[in-house]
Amino acid sequence: MVFSLIGHYSLILGLCISLILIFFSIKNFRNSKILDAKILSFTFLQFFFVVISFFCLILSFVLSDFSNETVFNNSHTTKPLFYKITGTWGNHEGSLLLWLLVLTLFIFVFLIKTKNQPVKYKILTLVFQQIIIIGFFIFLIKTSNPFNYLYPIPEEGLGLNPILQDPALAIHPPILYLGYVGSSIIFSSALAATSLNFVSKKWASHIKKWVLISWIFLTLGILLGSIWAYYELGWGGFWFWDPVENVSLMPWLALTTLLHCIFILEKKLILTSWVIILSIATFTLSMCGTFLVRSGILNSVHTFANDPERGLFILIFLFSLIFLSIFIFFFFHKNNKNDLHSIFWLSKETSIIINNWFMMYFLSVVLIGTVYPIFLDVLSSEKISVGPPFYHKLIIPFLIPFLLIMSIGPKLKWIKSNLEDKIYLVSLLIISILISFLIVNNFDSKFLINTILISSALYLFFVTLRDFFIKKYKNISQNISHFGFSLLILSILFNNLFSTEIITNLKVGQTFESSKTKIVFEKINQKVEKNYKSIVGSFSVQNLNGEIDNLLPELRIYNQPNIVTSEADIITTLLSDKFMVINVVQNQDYFNVRYQVKPFMIWIWLSVLLISLGGLMSFFKRENEN
Amino acid sequence: MYGRKVKLRFFFVILILITLILSVFLILKALEENVIYFQSPTEIKALSELDKKKIRVGGMVKKNSISVTANEVKFIITDFKNEINVTYTGAVPNLFVEEKGVVAEGILKDRNFFSATKILAKHDENYMPPEVKAALGEK
Repeated sequence: MVFSLIGHYSLILGLCISLILIFFSIKNFRNSKILDAKILSFTFLQFFFVVISFFCLILSFVLSDFSNETVFNNSHTTKPLFYKITGTWGNHEGSLLLWLLVLTLFIFVFLIKTKNQPVKYKILTLVFQQIIIIGFFIFLIKTSNPFNYLYPIPEEGLGLNPILQDPALAIHPPILYLGYVGSSIIFSSALAATSLNFVSKKWASHIKKWVLISWIFLTLGILLGSIWAYYELGWGGFWFWDPVENVSLMPWLALTTLLHCIFILEKKLILTSWVIILSIATFTLSMCGTFLVRSGILNSVHTFANDPERGLFILIFLFSLIFLSIFIFFFFHKNNKNDLHSIFWLSKETSIIINNWFMMYFLSVVLIGTVYPIFLDVLSSEKISVGPPFYHKLIIPFLIPFLLIMSIGPKLKWIKSNLEDKIYLVSLLIISILISFLIVNNFDSKFLINTILISSALYLFFVTLRDFFIKKYKNISQNISHFGFSLLILSILFNNLFSTEIITNLKVGQTFESSKTKIVFEKINQKVEKNYKSIVGSFSVQNLNGEIDNLLPELRIYNQPNIVTSEADIITTLLSDKFMVINVVQNQDYFNVRYQVKPFMIWIWLSVLLISLGGLMSFFKRENEN
Repeated sequence: MYGRKVKLRFFFVILILITLILSVFLILKALEENVIYFQSPTEIKALSELDKKKIRVGGMVKKNSISVTANEVKFIITDFKNEINVTYTGAVPNLFVEEKGVVAEGILKDRNFFSATKILAKHDENYMPPEVKAALGEK
């Protein structure tokens, strides 16, 4: 109760500080020799108030204070302590508070870490960031206050959705938010730089660090969500082209494009407008994601509550930000004179521009696939959905040239270049085609496209692998990321091609037999835990070679809320995952059993880790190098 | 006649236009082929002709209608006005329960029989898919 009060008033104080900050910024902006020390302390104070408010919410969750509406809706006394804490951001209000926390943290770090840049630029970035922060403060306090008071005080809470009670999901929101919100700094700073006509090589190398930070976190956040979906939802896959997945992929695509562009800007000061547009687009897409997910338009676990007021607020806020940025872009942006014409066709710049082209294409495919059903619903109230075939059809063919250019592009030099060691490149290409031919030869389905796809992915794989052993080749971080990407595509391809699945209904004691696999449903055991009962099925699976695996998939019946969840049992080896999930059908003796063998599953996760490792190395790379 | 600069810029704009037109064309074509429409049992009853395209049917699972055999799950989807029989082979989601909302994706055999390839249920207790809500809201 006390904590709710403290939390609530800290939020209001935080909002007041925003206004004070804007006042001081304007004052400081006029005579800007040095950054006013007050600005720094107030920024810290604001961050501090949000931290207090956040801790108050955590404490309310830990103490199960059901006089707090958010706690009542999302917690329960029997919930383990760990999930009481993580439940803080496992709901709408709490996750927005977390969003605000990261916003204030980032602007504070930005002010401290940004040295050697003009004071005016720093102040203006702060002002733009404060506009976003004020928006979120008002949104939080007006429409989704985490400290709403309930009276009479309920005895017991409603509990957290059990599928959210999971370690991967405990850290997924904070990591993803670091990525999302990181893009807000890029947005504010791009606007500030445009207003001051300060888009320069110096600015590029300074903002590059922030692009890298949010890119790394966004990548890891998406990875965590994907891993969670794989073992918790029991759909037996890692990416479903679900709208909620797409809205996190869109900012990622924009951010990746931006990351590549920043490198050109840093070296050659061309494509300035494009970089600004991308910076604005990235944050807008993150906001769009929040809007779509939070407003209840999309049907998913992330939709905590259906409140039209919230959706409307974010939509209005989003549009005002877009208008503000368009206004600044058109009125202040001076186009750089030496754009384009200094580009030679065979150079690193060209290859990055081509990369951008492809990325924009992928982005628009995902955007249209996600948004089109919503528009159609609003315009004609016709309900449709766009499934994976749409995305596969449009994206897969274009992956081939994308991969090929990705292998050759980095070998080119800035400004003007010739391809070196052509013999190597050609021979590697031939080797990859031969290998993929051998691999696909055993499978008759879609022979041609698979061969070409695997050869181009293998080509990138070999080229980047070889580069690790060339001493004069300096850009290791980039090479690691590209190597990771080739590994990712290869693992996804093999995973799709060689996965096998058996779905059947079995009673206890029954056996399923196919030509390759024998599944015996041996017995079931029951367990009682603090907040759920569980039924553990025990299966033995025999494959062609006679090897026997024991799998123990579990069904959990949570008591509060009363929901059944399936916990898949997965045997992971370097070569393949064996995945089994069971489900009970109401009032029936039959269990619905899904058994999958998914090759190279772990490599999908590892390759994404490699991709972000590349980003991390680039982040820590010394400025003066290369 | 024109400088190298102008030519390059012209070439660049043309290239952008071509890719834009090409991608819009591709996306629209793919949309047309891969869009899945959502219909309620009542709407299906009113269909004048049946085609072989994938659709989604949504509504409530009728009480005491689920029956399971070794390789099939059968149940009835109702919107309290009309109903449709569904046969399904595949994995069943956790929240597939009688008298709760469900969306089935598959192909219509005729106006009374639907062969599903995928079943979607809602994610949690308090939440109903908008599609199901809409289908039930019409009653």
